[in-house]
Amino acid sequence: MTLIDLANPTRFLALTARVLPWLIAATAILLAAGLYRSALAPDDYQQGATVKIMFIHVPNAWLSMFVWGVMSIASLGTLVWRHPLADVAAKAAAPIGAAFTFLALVTGSLWGRPMWGTYWEWDARLTSVLVLFLMYLGLIALWRAVEDPSRAARAAAVLTLVGAINIPIIKFSVDWWNTLHQGASVFRADGPTMDRAYLIPLLIMAVAFTLLFVTLHLAAMRNEILRRRVRSLQMMQASRVAFSSETGAGSREATASKQTGAA
Amino acid sequence: MSLGPYASFIATSYALVTAVVLILIGWIALDYRNQKARLRELEASGIARRSGRGATDF
Repeated sequence: MTLIDLANPTRFLALTARVLPWLIAATAILLAAGLYRSALAPDDYQQGATVKIMFIHVPNAWLSMFVWGVMSIASLGTLVWRHPLADVAAKAAAPIGAAFTFLALVTGSLWGRPMWGTYWEWDARLTSVLVLFLMYLGLIALWRAVEDPSRAARAAAVLTLVGAINIPIIKFSVDWWNTLHQGASVFRADGPTMDRAYLIPLLIMAVAFTLLFVTLHLAAMRNEILRRRVRSLQMMQASRVAFSSETGAGSREATASKQTGAA
Repeated sequence: MSLGPYASFIATSYALVTAVVLILIGWIALDYRNQKARLRELEASGIARRSGRGATDF
């Protein structure tokens, strides 16, 4: 099956039905392994046991940006190639991305209180992630406000691509400005600065959460395709009702005019 | 496994992530059931896809 074949929603649904059980199993296994390794990770010499919040905070923070990246690629697919599944992918990803961003903000806040002495600080990293969360909510509202999915898709695609400028701002905010938030400690030119005891569970959790996103996204895309199928069938039903009432009215008028002529 | 003086912050974080992920899974599963039910209703009322295939066929 080529990528072009997947442009057909029916073929995509068939593929999803085959792939989803495997993805669910792989996600569950990796999540279990990640949680087990996270529980076994030693306390940090400075942070103590609160370092365990990192194993859920960081994957959610990564995914909050990754999902917007996926939506940006899908938006290009909508605007440039008019790929039939592109806007389905973008629309289905938005609520999932919003949930991950919400979790990144809240778990960060719960980690910040014991470590920084505050739940919230208006610094560049925290504020730019809050802006990302608000943009997710704006996109969801836009999708719901416009009834015609193809019109909503174009407007949402433009908004998504404009919003993509926030992703490098979030990533490099800790380098460009003085922030309370720590700098990058995993993806660095000189390698991770984190000990393997923390790095391995963190990477397992990151892969597990990424698989969780892929699983949820495919399932949400399947739902969106079915929703559009419902919509097109409802429109067929409405046009059939309108046609039959028109022909009914036409035949009644013809009968009435015949009766008038006869009289 | 002792979580130290900030156990409530750690437990709340994990509980919240679990709750939100479960809500997401539940919402998507419920949405799937609803869409399939609506398609079956439409099919039962005699509305067919242009391709002639069943509305719930993959």
